[in-house]
Amino acid sequence: MESRTLRDQIAAMRQSFFDEGILDSQFTQLEQLEDRDNPNFVEEVLTLYFRDSTNLLATVEKTMETEPTDVAKVDRILHQLKGSSASIGANKVRNEVIKTRELWQQGNQEGAKAAFMELRQEHDTFKAKLEPYFQQLRQAGPVQAAMRPQGQQGGH
Amino acid sequence: MGMAAADSQFHVLAVDDSIIDRKLIERLLKTSSYQVTTVDSGSKALEFLGLHEDDTTNPNPPSVSPNNHHEVEVNLVITDYCMPGMTGYDLLKKIKESSSLKNIPVVIMSSENVPSRISRCLEEGAEEFFLKPVRLSDLNKLRPHMMKTKLKDQNPKQEKLEKQEKLEIQQEKADFNSPKEQEQEEQQHHQEQQLQQQQQQSSNSNKRKALEEGLSPERTRPRYNDIATVAL
Repeated sequence: MESRTLRDQIAAMRQSFFDEGILDSQFTQLEQLEDRDNPNFVEEVLTLYFRDSTNLLATVEKTMETEPTDVAKVDRILHQLKGSSASIGANKVRNEVIKTRELWQQGNQEGAKAAFMELRQEHDTFKAKLEPYFQQLRQAGPVQAAMRPQGQQGGH
Repeated sequence: MGMAAADSQFHVLAVDDSIIDRKLIERLLKTSSYQVTTVDSGSKALEFLGLHEDDTTNPNPPSVSPNNHHEVEVNLVITDYCMPGMTGYDLLKKIKESSSLKNIPVVIMSSENVPSRISRCLEEGAEEFFLKPVRLSDLNKLRPHMMKTKLKDQNPKQEKLEKQEKLEIQQEKADFNSPKEQEQEEQQHHQEQQLQQQQQQSSNSNKRKALEEGLSPERTRPRYNDIATVAL
């Protein structure tokens, strides 16, 4: 049945995120907070996150390029981004933020800029992976609907 | 809503400048069956609590007195540490320095594990310090702190009982099975049962939430197993 294959696909996708270290257990915590009254909580949080992170990354890039550089501002924003990435379980992104921030705090601006490019890359990859995941989740519909007894499902 | 739900629900004020963390903490708290208000700054938190940053407590506060109006009674404040302007620590201090607010338990959250920060907050009167990201299991630690305040408000006798019990727990810990203790224990058992009944009435009945804490986290005696569900 189509929806069953889709669910398997979704499950495999999700598992790959954990296997690759893109997501960590904090994401599972978010999933556990979903219920009938809040069925899209995870997607809502991730949407908020991406809106926020996209702006923050743009600001960091701009601030890094501005002379004289507002060093403290970049650090503050990276701190914020670190926090929000950790809150949603975006493991790899968070690690890239930490790397970038460390270099920046050490005064190695060139190193930090290079690390920032990797951070941005990681972030964009993350976004590119999660968006279709949620799209497919929506397509598959609420879990209850899919849990029909075997007999009612058509052939594969 | 304006429900005078003081008996059945605890109201938590959550303070965080991050919109993601606010959404998260709100969901966590609601899942734990608390009523939640979120604000994005310390100054807004104080405003909500009826205290103004610059002024001393208004002796006749407008409609937002926490003691007179159940709608804005706050049973616990949970705040992020790192916030622009007023930090969580500043907010904690202001609350503890205020005669009207000092009994409200305050919990600090931080993404950074800095021991000196943690001890500073605890010394200033914070009940707990949670490392972010905060989890559901962390929130289980909140209930005892809120229960304490509820019981104090409801009945000064309960406060006495509470203190008596704390003393007796310590005695018990020191010297487990002396006959004198047995007697005290029996007395206390009776009092505790009264307290338990009070608690049953005032705690909510959400099956998902574990009532494992009972009165205080230190309590480990077996008799609580019959009201407490299994701890996580």
